[in-house]
Amino acid sequence: MAHVADTVENAPATPEKEQPYAALGLKPDEYAKIREILGRRPTSGELAMYSVMWSEHCSYKSSKIYLRQFGQKVSPKMKEHLMVGMGENAGVVDIGEGWAVTFKVESHNHPSYIEPFQGAATGVGGIVRDIISMGARPVAVMDQLRFGAVENPDTARVVHGVVGGISFYGNCLGLPNIGGETYFDAVYQGNPLVNALAVGVLRHEDLHLANASGVGNKVVLFGARTGGDGIGGASILASDSFDKTGPTKRPAVQVGDPFAEKVLIECCLELYKNELVEGIQDLGAAGISCATSELASNGDGGMFVELDNVLLRDPTLTAEEILMSESQERMMAVVKPEKLDAFMAVVNKWDVETSVLGEVTDTGRLIIHHGGEEIVNVDPRTVAIDGPVYERPVAYPSWIDELNTKTAAVLPRATDGAGLKEQFLQLVASPNLADKSLITDQYDYYVMGNTALAFPDDAGMIRVDEESGLGFSIATDANGRYCQLDPYEGARLALAEAFRNVAVSGATPMAVTDCLNFGSPEDPEVMWQFSRAVEGLADACLEMEIPVTGGNVSFYNQTGTNAIHPTPVVGVLGVIDDVARRIPSSWQDEGQHIYLLGITREELDGSAWANTIHQHLGGRPPQVDLGREMELASLIRGASLESLIGSAHDLSDGGLAQALAESVIRFGIGARVWLDDIIDRDGIDATNALFSESTSRVLVSVPREDDVKFLGLCEARNYPVLRIGVTDGTGADAALEVQGQFTVSVAEVRERSAATLPKYFG
Amino acid sequence: MRIGVITFPGSLDDRDAQRAISLAGAEPVALWHGEHDLHGVDAIVLPGGFSYGDYLRCGAIASHSPIMAEVIDAANKGLPVLGICNGFQMLVEAHLLPGGLIRNDHGKFVRRDQVIRVENNTTAWTTDFSAGEEIVIPLKNGEGGYIASDETLKQLEGDGLVAFRYMGVNPNGSLNDIAGLTNARGNVVGLMPHPEHAVEAGFGPNTDFRMRSGVDGLKVFTSVLEGVLS
Repeated sequence: MAHVADTVENAPATPEKEQPYAALGLKPDEYAKIREILGRRPTSGELAMYSVMWSEHCSYKSSKIYLRQFGQKVSPKMKEHLMVGMGENAGVVDIGEGWAVTFKVESHNHPSYIEPFQGAATGVGGIVRDIISMGARPVAVMDQLRFGAVENPDTARVVHGVVGGISFYGNCLGLPNIGGETYFDAVYQGNPLVNALAVGVLRHEDLHLANASGVGNKVVLFGARTGGDGIGGASILASDSFDKTGPTKRPAVQVGDPFAEKVLIECCLELYKNELVEGIQDLGAAGISCATSELASNGDGGMFVELDNVLLRDPTLTAEEILMSESQERMMAVVKPEKLDAFMAVVNKWDVETSVLGEVTDTGRLIIHHGGEEIVNVDPRTVAIDGPVYERPVAYPSWIDELNTKTAAVLPRATDGAGLKEQFLQLVASPNLADKSLITDQYDYYVMGNTALAFPDDAGMIRVDEESGLGFSIATDANGRYCQLDPYEGARLALAEAFRNVAVSGATPMAVTDCLNFGSPEDPEVMWQFSRAVEGLADACLEMEIPVTGGNVSFYNQTGTNAIHPTPVVGVLGVIDDVARRIPSSWQDEGQHIYLLGITREELDGSAWANTIHQHLGGRPPQVDLGREMELASLIRGASLESLIGSAHDLSDGGLAQALAESVIRFGIGARVWLDDIIDRDGIDATNALFSESTSRVLVSVPREDDVKFLGLCEARNYPVLRIGVTDGTGADAALEVQGQFTVSVAEVRERSAATLPKYFG
Repeated sequence: MRIGVITFPGSLDDRDAQRAISLAGAEPVALWHGEHDLHGVDAIVLPGGFSYGDYLRCGAIASHSPIMAEVIDAANKGLPVLGICNGFQMLVEAHLLPGGLIRNDHGKFVRRDQVIRVENNTTAWTTDFSAGEEIVIPLKNGEGGYIASDETLKQLEGDGLVAFRYMGVNPNGSLNDIAGLTNARGNVVGLMPHPEHAVEAGFGPNTDFRMRSGVDGLKVFTSVLEGVLS
């Protein structure tokens, strides 16, 4: 990279100068396009900006044509509560009483493999800044984690680093971590997924958008100083597959300081309260390049920046490095000149370093000076908005038909109660279903004092208004195994499950965020998976009339030709009028009747049973009927409003067996359960009754006195319901008895569940 | 009755402490670390968090904040002062309580619903408990291992200055299972667990009866209220 200033003035005179566009991740035709836009070769500063902003991570160039569906497949009802939709830092949803919630999930996969601790930590930091930049106070975080196989020696390195990083950063920020996912599968060995979700709350009038309006308004950079970390993170790390023989990419990972971010949060909230900013944008991927070009594009279209005013951690940084640096804990604000003194008073109170970089103009150009010379002069829209758009080749996977024919239905099943018990315990102890306390005990969910539900509940729930009890509930899901079998159905299943998890907490699902984790878009079969998953999710959202408000795409989760399973993480946000009405996910009392809502089908394909007992993946994922899911949600809500249910637990991975296991472990209250009625009504066997993963099912416990009312409710709504047992036994005698099949003590179930993670990661 | 809660850069549980004070029936007063004014409060809470990002040592930089000069002075004159978690670390760094707090022996941050025993119910912050009462209070820290010299430990035990003790599980390797201390006068109390997170049913620790129903921490705040009023 040039260390002598490469100026706008000199560029036309030296058209033949060789430029390192390929090393910066640009393809030859993209470089040619930049030359065409500018009518000359770019300066090295401009090349730096275009390279990061046109990267896959920032420009969504491979996914854009598909993501449009989320904006197109919408009904009027889906817009009803939407205050800000896709395209901003995060979507904003009106939850009533003058309150709004903003939420988003984002990936930090590639950095987290290279440097797990900092990668995961800065993932939390980045998504939290997205939330702050909407004008909201962040109030909760969650993480969706996918690691390699438990027995692979490298997995422990990644698990400890990632969990330590999330714990370090999130706890120090003072944000309750209220849920998430942890899965282990060999397909994620070289490509772990670290997704981070954050939620913020705001009053309607506090909404802030990222735009630079008002000619003459000042452009201010504040927060941490700019250093040499994370340079090219977006263009190099997140936009290319890992090559095992390549040089180490560690310098491209950012380093986080949660204390700086905590102070930045409080500082921003005080700035908002005093109405001192006109527009604001966080600095994440592509740093100053992104913030300046996006703010300018969304505002009056012009901006002048004096790059020498950027406060540096390392004075030897070149202009190009300053433009590309992804140093953490930085924000850019647009401030009216007459409010600048008041702005400075607030940042000084919080000891936040600040510098005025320039101002908003009406030239339609983003002009950047460094060392007294003009090094950038571009139309900001060509950098931030009008990047390349690709319609990548799509190919139906050559292997998928064969995979779909390999049904799990033919796998050997247990022939007696003892065999079922052994399989039940194997599932309970399997890494994906086992107790995750080893991880979640490192997260603070108490801070802020508003956490109504958190792991291991099906959804996390936070009180928003301390007077009325108004709150939100949130859950995320994705089953990569289902998506490998059928990405269209897999995405719909992910939405159905997250929707159900929110519903069983007592809340009404309202909005969706997604983080679409896939392999390389340059592989036509991966592109097919992506196109099908997006279509499935968009169709499902339209059917359930619940809008996608924002999200993120992560491609290149691939090592060599080995891509991950398609993993579209879907987050659903729900609202609840009073969190006191929340439904626990496990029973807390003896003598309650246990009901199974929904029909159980012969559906073992892609199941935890097939995976754990037979190491098998094949066939077709479970059917999903979204209309049924909506009826179920409405039924649960009705029962909750009348306080008819003691607990409700979603059935998903591991089927009824795992739901029962989790229900007895949680508060140590046992149960007597019979399968005969399920088997008779649904025409299945005991293996399917226990382990099938049919959708639209929930396990509910009901106090005896509410029995008649509850059954009446189910009947009125024509929802299939079967009484399958009673809660019974506490203390040392507590057991789970599956009548006619097996009995196992709660202590043993708990022990088997708790032993697995410590064995590998203790 | 007005109880001040000091916010330092990096304080996290300051609003929670204010809520606990309100629920106990007193008026919370937000105090800022950079001032030299206690605004005439009747008691002070140093809240939990990661003041100054735990740089140098936990609580070390905060213990030299401007307002701490007034806090130390007032504490020495008998004003009730409660340090929770990071606040306990500040009290130790300010030499208002003896010993030190180090990295948990297992090396990880831990969050759990912790059983502790009230060993001394004569301090300004514990009079509403009965002696030996076992309570459940959320614990969440990375550096909560209490250490002190043998001589100090002997004195703490001999003089009844151990205010709270961990029961069942020692979550961080604290010597003598010490969870909290008082000074000899009984006005300065510090503890690692967070009583302000066990004050409101629905948002507290689990109990034997109900999920998140624990409110044992409320008595810490009602104790000081009654002490000052009498």
